[in-house]
Amino acid sequence: MTEISMTQSATPKVGTIGADAEKRLQARYRAEKRFRAYGLVSIAIALLFLAVLLGSIIAKGASAFTQTYIELPVTFDAATIDPDGTREHGALSSADYRTLINDALEKKFPEIADDRTAKRDVQKLVSAGAELELRKMVLADPKIIGTSADIWLPASSAADQVLKGNAAHDDSSGLSDGALAKFDAAKAAGALKRRFNTYLFTNGDSRQPELAGLIGAVVGSFYSLAITIALSFPLGVAAAVYLEEFAAKNRWTDLIEVNINNLAAVPSIVFGLLALEIFLNVLGLPRSAPLVGGLALTLVSLPTIIISARVALKAVPPWIREAAQGLGASRQQMVMHHVLPLAMPGILTGTIIAMARAIGESAPLLMIGMVAFVVDVPATPVDPATALPVQVYLWAASPERAFVERTSAAILVLLACLAVMNATAIYLRKKFERRW
Amino acid sequence: MISEAQSTQPNSRPSSDAVKMRATGANVYYGEKHALKEVNLEIKSHEVTALIGPSGCGKSTFLRCLNRMNDLIEGARVTGEIVLDGHDIYDRDLDVVHLRARVGMVFQKPNPFPKSIYDNIAYGPRIHGLAKSGPDLDEIVISSLERAGLYAEVKDRLNEPGTGLSGGQQQRLCIARAIAVSPEVILMDEPCSALDPIATAKVEELIDELRENFTIVIVTHSMQQAARVSQRTAFFHLGELVEVGATEKIFTNPQHKLTQGYITGRFG
Amino acid sequence: MNGEHTVRSYDEELSYLNNLIARMGGLAEAQLDGAIQALVRRDSELAGRIVAADAKVDELEQEVHAFTVRLLALRQPMAQDLRAIVGSLKVSGDLERIADYAANAAKRVLVLNTLPPAKPVSGIPRLARLVQQILKDVLDSFVEQDVERATKVWAQDEEVDEMYTGLFRELITYMMEDARNITACIHLMFIAKNIERIGDHATNIAETIHFNVKGVPIREARPKGESVLLPDVKAE
Repeated sequence: MTEISMTQSATPKVGTIGADAEKRLQARYRAEKRFRAYGLVSIAIALLFLAVLLGSIIAKGASAFTQTYIELPVTFDAATIDPDGTREHGALSSADYRTLINDALEKKFPEIADDRTAKRDVQKLVSAGAELELRKMVLADPKIIGTSADIWLPASSAADQVLKGNAAHDDSSGLSDGALAKFDAAKAAGALKRRFNTYLFTNGDSRQPELAGLIGAVVGSFYSLAITIALSFPLGVAAAVYLEEFAAKNRWTDLIEVNINNLAAVPSIVFGLLALEIFLNVLGLPRSAPLVGGLALTLVSLPTIIISARVALKAVPPWIREAAQGLGASRQQMVMHHVLPLAMPGILTGTIIAMARAIGESAPLLMIGMVAFVVDVPATPVDPATALPVQVYLWAASPERAFVERTSAAILVLLACLAVMNATAIYLRKKFERRW
Repeated sequence: MISEAQSTQPNSRPSSDAVKMRATGANVYYGEKHALKEVNLEIKSHEVTALIGPSGCGKSTFLRCLNRMNDLIEGARVTGEIVLDGHDIYDRDLDVVHLRARVGMVFQKPNPFPKSIYDNIAYGPRIHGLAKSGPDLDEIVISSLERAGLYAEVKDRLNEPGTGLSGGQQQRLCIARAIAVSPEVILMDEPCSALDPIATAKVEELIDELRENFTIVIVTHSMQQAARVSQRTAFFHLGELVEVGATEKIFTNPQHKLTQGYITGRFG
Repeated sequence: MNGEHTVRSYDEELSYLNNLIARMGGLAEAQLDGAIQALVRRDSELAGRIVAADAKVDELEQEVHAFTVRLLALRQPMAQDLRAIVGSLKVSGDLERIADYAANAAKRVLVLNTLPPAKPVSGIPRLARLVQQILKDVLDSFVEQDVERATKVWAQDEEVDEMYTGLFRELITYMMEDARNITACIHLMFIAKNIERIGDHATNIAETIHFNVKGVPIREARPKGESVLLPDVKAE
């Protein structure tokens, strides 16, 4: 074996270059650093805006998740609520619980016994919902008739706002001086407490802010979105599959593609007008129904789904198709068994984007009438309902001070729904991917 | 020490005269481009026929005519007659899907489906109705893997994805997938060009074994591979078939000057 | 040989080639043996058969040639395989020459048998036995690819040369004794020369075996015994 010897003579070190090249190299490094700095600054600005936005919403809306409760000594006087002593459901249902509350207030503040003005003032501290609470308790367990207890009842929104500090401790809060005095007394005695605001999630809309809840809007949005997904996903994917795999490539398909791309950019209110005309006027479907809302949102999200599904289908490598067809699979088998499953993650991503847009769309829903004040929770998709973004709009337009915080709370709930939807879809997408 | 078994030259099995496929006057146009010109070629049964030639000479184009894969290319037009066992494969009454079950294909880049190994092999038999499920299908899958020489290596991971195998194993998986539908002819388009020498040798041994039961047509840009593997070789140049003959003759004493020039490396 | 080829038909072809060589070797040995028997027993019929049988060996050599070319074209052999195949080509050439020499000797036996028996005939079988042993050894070591045994054979060429030189002198002595012996002795001289040439070719085969196995040729010069030529002229 001959040996190979390395000569150590005039071999230049790796990395030494001329002076000009060195200057250019340094300039390149500087340019790269600047570029990265730009990127970081952009991200920082974006994060800053995000922090400011979320921060302000949370700051305003956090307080809406608590509700002020006032402790009152309530006597379930049989004479008042069940004079006949039958304990009959109907009678108990329509009994006069207001009197019980007034009596309880008198017991709490004995000094108002003879002062009618004071009595009226103090009643302003308690919410109308307190009666409903008492009614619920009695109907649930009629045996409590005749007993007395200290019960926490929801306070009025005026008292609530003062306690939270959103309203000033004076006339502007809606409470008179006398009421405010009793308010302070109750607070000093520890009879005013803030608890979690369950009404926000269990009640429908209401004129009383303290009783206003989102459940109606959530169910309405849910129905709308369910109908949207059920219609737009199959239609969109089928259209994309046809256009991408089966249609001949000629001028007509080019025309269709251009039109679909345009439709994706059309303002959603135009779809609202279209829905108004066709679904409500021509077809006579019920106004304000999530069904119609869903149909309108389908129109909005269909172009997005078609476009992203087409892109996902185009991204499936051609050798998969060749392998399937080389084995003797027909075109339909090739698409159904191989191309579509492989394109699914991309299609799901497109669907997520489309649905995320749909849940926040209010313009088409406003056009078809989901802007009405709906108190009941819709039982079916054809009952009148409202939707989350519309609810936000309605509450934002209300004069009561308490609705300010509730508007922000509604926005937070909307964002949470969005986050849950996104997470679900990303989970589904990951699950499809792992199966390979 | 003379072994009695070696009294005749090995691999000198007399080539059968049975013709499995025949192309007569085959032309292929890609739009305006005349890619294949008046090709007349016979593919004999139970033989390996190699198609060689420089890049762009039309050998892959011709191969793809044999199972009508050119139909899938926009703007491709095939004229002339190509018959399988005497029947024209471009006949309107012939179901292309059925043709492709009789004439299988293995591609240059190993392309297993992103499914389990079992499902890869089982896909063909399922869609052609050869077996629905259960023990029948199991048997087809196992025997295909065995014939491809892959079963021993994968028998305890049939449910793992086919894409997790090495390149050589993937290509043998594709071969197993092709033979699972019991084709009569197997077309191979440069099957070893993406493989290392050891994997290539395994595939070539496999082709030798498969010859007993199938007719094989292989396109290769390696003349050495054509020399090792085939019994008949056809040399293509600029879309025309220049020379075809017994492999030994083509590589030791070709008739045409172009063939000689290509084989000795004097051009292309 | 270590390990088999992945492509089994390659191994089959290589063993077919080896068998061809083995058959040729067996035939060459038989030819030499037959020619010597014919000389000793003055058997013209045997000699005639030997002459005719040479065609068979030539045929085999053609077959080896064609098969080797085919192997080179179709298998692109490398390294050990390449040396083995090229070696087989050389060995078949050597064996064909060996059989030729045996047939030539048989032809001369046919002529000798028309003359009265000459005394120095006895020296030739001794030379022939040595060469036969060398040939057998070298063919065995070819089949087994045994380098040590082949090297021993290679060294024995010296012995052959010595024995041939002795026989050469003996024959010259007889020719000088009696002029009537000259014809027979000339023929015997040629027969002895042929046998010595067979020994040379057997040594060639030994050198080929060394190159096959080790990959390098034998470096030393072949040991040469005393030569009939002038001292400072190297024997071939």
